[in-house]
Amino acid sequence: MIEIRFHGRGGQGAVVASKILATSIFLEDRYSQSFPAFGVERRGAPVTAFLRVDDKPIRIRTEIYEPDHLVVLDPLLVDQVPLASGLKNDGIVIINSSKKPEEFSDKFKGFRVATVPAGRIAVKHHLGTPQSPIVNTAILGAVAKVLGVVSLENLIEGIKADVPAHTEDNAAAAKEAYEMVSDAVVL
Amino acid sequence: MRKVITGNVAVAYGAMLSDVQVVAAYPITPQTTIIEELATMQAEGLVDFDYIRVESEHSAMAACIGAEMGGARAFTATCGQGLFLMHEMLHYAAGARTPVVLANVNRAAAAPWSIWSDQTDSVSQRETGWIQLYCEGNQEVLDTTIMAFKIAERLRLPAMVVLDAFFLSHTSEPVDIPEKERVRDFLPPIDPGENWLDPDNPRTFGGITMNDAYMEFRWQIQRDMEKAKGIITEVHEDFAQAFGRTYRQVEEYRAQDTELVLVVSGTVASTARDAVDYLREKGKGVGMVKLKTLRPFPREEVIETLKGKKKVAVIDRNFSPGATGVWAQEVRSALYDLPEAQRPLIYGYVAGIGGRDISVKTIEEIYTKTLEDAEPDDVDMWVGVNYV
Repeated sequence: MIEIRFHGRGGQGAVVASKILATSIFLEDRYSQSFPAFGVERRGAPVTAFLRVDDKPIRIRTEIYEPDHLVVLDPLLVDQVPLASGLKNDGIVIINSSKKPEEFSDKFKGFRVATVPAGRIAVKHHLGTPQSPIVNTAILGAVAKVLGVVSLENLIEGIKADVPAHTEDNAAAAKEAYEMVSDAVVL
Repeated sequence: MRKVITGNVAVAYGAMLSDVQVVAAYPITPQTTIIEELATMQAEGLVDFDYIRVESEHSAMAACIGAEMGGARAFTATCGQGLFLMHEMLHYAAGARTPVVLANVNRAAAAPWSIWSDQTDSVSQRETGWIQLYCEGNQEVLDTTIMAFKIAERLRLPAMVVLDAFFLSHTSEPVDIPEKERVRDFLPPIDPGENWLDPDNPRTFGGITMNDAYMEFRWQIQRDMEKAKGIITEVHEDFAQAFGRTYRQVEEYRAQDTELVLVVSGTVASTARDAVDYLREKGKGVGMVKLKTLRPFPREEVIETLKGKKKVAVIDRNFSPGATGVWAQEVRSALYDLPEAQRPLIYGYVAGIGGRDISVKTIEEIYTKTLEDAEPDDVDMWVGVNYV
């Protein structure tokens, strides 16, 4: 089983990101389970969502305390939330950032980090507003590439199934992030 | 069709596929997406029902009772405070023998406010005359919603489908969604028989009943609740025949060859399957028994399943202040009449109140305490509480 924890802010689409990924993975005949951390989400407040992937039905119904990988939708959370808490030793962290992975070495020492300018990509595709872009589909492109949990084709099918508005723009953002994301660098 | 959906959407699919004719509901977190999804399904023409927007949950249930008395299939959904406000009408629905189906998303009681899961809301309705069916996964939620209509309408008693807040209501996972035609074959249109409000044949129901007759009405509910055990099993079997998925009021998981058994309900059953596998791999002798029905309580099956066990650990995600967790009360009461040699020790645990996680680790802790303690404590152990 692979367990992924998403960190974002209310309005960025972290919860929907985990749902789209669950749908996409299911299209590959694997089992998936996605759910939000059960907070009182407000726009701008830190939000956590979870995703499990397995080849057999998933029975465990608890939050994820020791994730295999992290997906960070807002790079500012790096300084505000203990993101690496419980992260497994060989875990990969994917961060929405224009910076190089090495610039996060103080927070994720020993982990593998990949960065992708998901915010910029989202703005380019008119997703959300320039002040408050909806970055979820863009960052999922990076997730598909770096974590390899789903093919780009099935990710785009998942986006089509779960995102009724601006479907083409969201799919294009995912594709662009898939191509732009950095390699995962050991810090 | 298989789709990745939340437990709340699974409820909506269940109601839609069951061709509900009246939905009366009031929004409340974390139930709201059930009735939102039903409204969308109605707007898309997937189902044709009258949507009655009401000013409270009390009115929602009153409207459902009225709809059923008019011969229609009625549905509502609520949780926590909403269910508490409905309480008076829950009694009425059972007394009036209206087979309303209600989905309750387990939400902890205020004060202090909580939107997270525990069963105190639904177990508090134990005496209302409602059938209560607890679910551990979204597939079971959808299937149970469909079955609930069949069970309720055969008995002319209302039925509650119970699912954990967030752990099911907002969790997305793959669910097989049956075709409507197949559900129609399984669930025939509602037949109110003679007892409905027919404008062409005016009659009165539910008027003042003196002490020469009231008790008989109540006895009939009790009689039919006993009958419900057999009917629920029949409906489970019909469902397995039609859709290939099997459910039981009392389900064992690796429990036949063990002396120590966990008794659980709701999503804890799902996590407990992993916990049992994990403990078994470590060489520990432990099994699990899942209870799906609180009312009617499957007393005979519980006795049959647990007799001869040495120790039974009941995990309650609910409690009754001044007594123990409700499932523990029920299990103790059922097993008391066993001869002493066959009667297990019952260990009660209260856990996961207000949505606190019940993890594999929590269950391991419960297992270990049950194994090590020669006798149960006088009161339930509250697992993971920081005593202040």
